[in-house]
Amino acid sequence: MARPVQYNNTIKFEGIPEGYMGEGFMATNFEKVVGLARKNSIWPLPFATSCCGIEFMATMASHYDLARFGSERVGFSPRQCDLLMVMGTIAKKMGPIVKQVYLQMAEPRWVMAVGACASSGGIFDTYSVLQGIDQVVPVDVYVPGCPPRPEAILDGFMKIQELVHNESLRRRHSDRYKDLLGSYGIQ
Amino acid sequence: MQALTNRVKEVDRKPLSFMEKMYLPAILKGMFITFSHIFKKKPTINYPEKKRPFSPVFRGMQILNRDEEGRENCTACGLCAVACPAEAITMEAAERQPGEEHLYREEKYAAKYEINMLRCIFCGLCEEACPKDAIYLSESFAPADYQRKQFVYNKSELLIPNPKEDPEAYKKALGNRAKPTTNA
Repeated sequence: MARPVQYNNTIKFEGIPEGYMGEGFMATNFEKVVGLARKNSIWPLPFATSCCGIEFMATMASHYDLARFGSERVGFSPRQCDLLMVMGTIAKKMGPIVKQVYLQMAEPRWVMAVGACASSGGIFDTYSVLQGIDQVVPVDVYVPGCPPRPEAILDGFMKIQELVHNESLRRRHSDRYKDLLGSYGIQ
Repeated sequence: MQALTNRVKEVDRKPLSFMEKMYLPAILKGMFITFSHIFKKKPTINYPEKKRPFSPVFRGMQILNRDEEGRENCTACGLCAVACPAEAITMEAAERQPGEEHLYREEKYAAKYEINMLRCIFCGLCEEACPKDAIYLSESFAPADYQRKQFVYNKSELLIPNPKEDPEAYKKALGNRAKPTTNA
């Protein structure tokens, strides 16, 4: 017999109590716990189109080891990933595909633009290249460099972690966030 | 069928030997290789705590140089902006007023000097183009940030600390990159 799908609508995130600590127990913000858990288990989705992707391979490999930051699993399926890492030149034809990948990701999702091309177009100020992926998807962290060193990518990743850690649970339901997505034609 | 090239290799279809049929020795061999990796040196560099030395030819963020008297070398000639393939450099020239001789080395100076670090590809052509040794690429990479406007570095962020006012910070920023300034 098939199990009927049920959604638990009883969980409410409002009315969080003030956190305090005593003997044998500790009470804290749920937000902080969630932030801590999310921060240390970010699954990146590498969207690598060129040389920054090669540098990202070095970042994943044992010398720099992205897994130290809780990203052991580099997923190649948007549904399971939290962080879209766009690395490399995004041509205007590729733009809708980046957007589609972003749309397929589940909330909460973050985007990191790695390298000059993905962040601003870099040297390719031409008719065919997107002048920064922030024209199609909202970007959280930019990493400069052409290509950036693995250290610089880790630096950007730690910035993302900081962002994830301090993000309010209600941010994704706020009007401001909806307006931001609306400005990209995403509802 | 006739082979197209003379590099054809016959596939070995011999039956498995007794050792291969046993199966376990090969598994143990593989597990031993895995186990032996425990005793190998760990290659990971714990980045934020430990930093790997960069190559001496590594090109990082730009620095606007001063001479040993603390005067700015840049004369806003615009050669770096012309050489820049990414068109990341913009500047505005101004004339040195009397009494400003301790600030600027020559009669003309850059009133505004901006580099867009997101556009910049750190190729070092600006350093090559500069006739005054006013700009050079340092050993540190540009840090990541949340907003695009943060990446337009202005003159106060690019300028090296004044060697007269803050000799220690100047030495630190200088590294072993900048060429010694010659009095031209």
